[in-house]
Amino acid sequence: MSNTTESSAASYTSNPADPTPGAIEDSGQGSPRTGTARVKRGLADMLKGGVIMDVVTAEQAKIAEDAGAVAVMALERVPADIRAQGGVARMSDPDLIDQIVESVSIPVMAKARIGHFVEAQVLEALKVDYIDESEVLSPADYVNHIDKWDFTVPFVCGATNLGEALRRITEGAAMIRSKGEAGTGDVSEAVKHIRTIRGEIAKLSALSKDELYVAAKELQAPYELVAEVAREGKLPVVLFTAGGVATPADAALMMQLGADGVFVGSGIFKSGNPEARAAAIVRATAQFNDAAAVADASRGLGEAMVGINVGDLPAPHRLAERGW
Amino acid sequence: MTRVTGASRPQDVPAGQAPAIGVFALQGDVREHERVLTALGARTSPVRGAADLAGLDGLVIPGGESSVMDKLSRLLGLAPAVRAAIDDGLPVYGTCAGMIMLADRIANPITGQQSLGGLDITVQRNAFGSQVDSFEARLSVPAVSSEPVDAVFIRAPAVLQSGPGVEVLASVPSERLESGVDCGLVTGSVPVAVRQGNLLATSFHPEVTGDWSFHRYFLDRVVRRGP
Repeated sequence: MSNTTESSAASYTSNPADPTPGAIEDSGQGSPRTGTARVKRGLADMLKGGVIMDVVTAEQAKIAEDAGAVAVMALERVPADIRAQGGVARMSDPDLIDQIVESVSIPVMAKARIGHFVEAQVLEALKVDYIDESEVLSPADYVNHIDKWDFTVPFVCGATNLGEALRRITEGAAMIRSKGEAGTGDVSEAVKHIRTIRGEIAKLSALSKDELYVAAKELQAPYELVAEVAREGKLPVVLFTAGGVATPADAALMMQLGADGVFVGSGIFKSGNPEARAAAIVRATAQFNDAAAVADASRGLGEAMVGINVGDLPAPHRLAERGW
Repeated sequence: MTRVTGASRPQDVPAGQAPAIGVFALQGDVREHERVLTALGARTSPVRGAADLAGLDGLVIPGGESSVMDKLSRLLGLAPAVRAAIDDGLPVYGTCAGMIMLADRIANPITGQQSLGGLDITVQRNAFGSQVDSFEARLSVPAVSSEPVDAVFIRAPAVLQSGPGVEVLASVPSERLESGVDCGLVTGSVPVAVRQGNLLATSFHPEVTGDWSFHRYFLDRVVRRGP
C-alpha cells in the first residue's frame, strides 16, 4: 500500500461502516454490539491462510484440529457420499453438531440448505460459528437465498463467478468460497471458478465510471458494491476456494491462484491416511509458494480419494449449478 | 546485520528512519496489519522462517488460529528463533491469537499446544464464547489514547492471571466472559490489553477497525521506547 498519511484512514478498511440493518446505535463505551459486519467478516479474516475440513463425527473433528485445521465443517455425509447415495441432503442432526462443537476449540461451521432460513435459525441456536448456505445440500428454495443480514452468526456462500459472489454479499454473506465441484476430487472446476472471479475483478478495475454502471447491471449487483470492488481490486470479504481439492499440490495451486484459504471436503477422510493428508494439506497451504515444501508435504500420504472427472458427470448432477 | 541475535536489546531506530517491522505470516490476518503499519510509516516484511527475523526493529503476531500458528511455527523452526529474539528484547505486538502465542500459560490449549511465551500471563482461548457472542465495543485505554479505542473481539482470548511485571492497559467487565471460564481467578473486570516491557498484547483486533492508536503506541512507545 502506498498510504502514508492517516487521512486515508477512511478508505482503509473495506468495511468501516456497518451496513447491518437494525444495528444498535453505538453510544460509546459500555454498549458492546454483536453480529456487526466487522465482527462477521473479521472471523473470516482470521481464517486466512488456513484449511477448513469437512468432518462427519467428533473423532474426525479432533483429528482435523490436531492436524492443524483452522476450522471444521460439521455435516452428516461428505459430498462424495451425498453424490454416491443420492436423496435429499439436509442440515445435520443437532446432536451430531453438539458433539462436534464439544470436541474441538477451533471454529465449527455447519451447512444449511440454500434458502432454508429455519435450518439457519437452528444452527444459530446451536451456536455454530459460521453457516455455509451450501449447494452441496439440496436447495430448499429455487428462487431466494437466505437474508443473511437477519442473523448474528456469519454466513459463507459459494460462487462460480463475480456476479454470484456480489449477490451473496448483498444478501449479507461475510465470506465467499468459489464452488468448484464438491465430492469429485477433480480440482478443475475450483480452478475455473477462482480464475473467473479474479479475472472479472481485474476487468472491473480497468473500467471507467460510466462503464461501471453497465457492469453493475450485467453483474446484477448494486452499483456501490461493484464500484468498491473496482476500486479495491478485491472483494470486500475473504475469498476461499472449495470443491475438488484432494492433494497438497491442489491446495497450493489454489493459493497461488489467489485464494485466501482452502475448504477440503471429501479429500481428507475419503483418503487412505486422513491424519497425514490433513497435516500435509495444512502445510502446503501455508507454504504454497515453496515448491520444495509442497514436495515434502506430498510424500508418503497413501492413496488419495478415488475421484470422479467432472466431465463424466451429467449436468443435473453438478452441484455448482445450484444457486444463482 | 542481525540485531536480534545479540545479547543486548535491539538498537534504537534512528529518528526519521522508518522502523522495520516483521509480520508473523504463517496464518491469519497478516495483510490487515501490514496495511496499518505501512500507513503509519513502517517498513513491513513477512516472517515465515528464522532468517526473516534478521534486522527487524519489531514484530507483529496477527490474529488467526493460535493452535495452527503454534504447529506451523514449530514445524518450520520459527518458534525457538522468535523466543530467542523476545528474550533479546525484540519488541513484539500480538493481537488475539498473537496474545495467546506470547502468553507464558494457556488455560485451555488443544492437545500438545505450546506458546512462544515471554509474557507473564495466563490466557483463556475463546473466553467470551462462540462467534455469536463476538462483539465490538469502545474501550477506555488512557495509556494509549485520550479517545475511547474501537475494539473488535472475535472469539477472543482474555487474561485470567498476570504477573507483577505486567501492566494492564484495558479491561472489560467480567460478566462478558462465557460462564464458567473464569475459574474464580477473575473478579469485576478482565484484562484485554497488557504490556510487559518489550511485549504488547491485545485480545481484540485494532487492525480491522481503522483505529490505529495501538499500532501507533507500539511503534512510538515500544519499538522507539518514546515517552
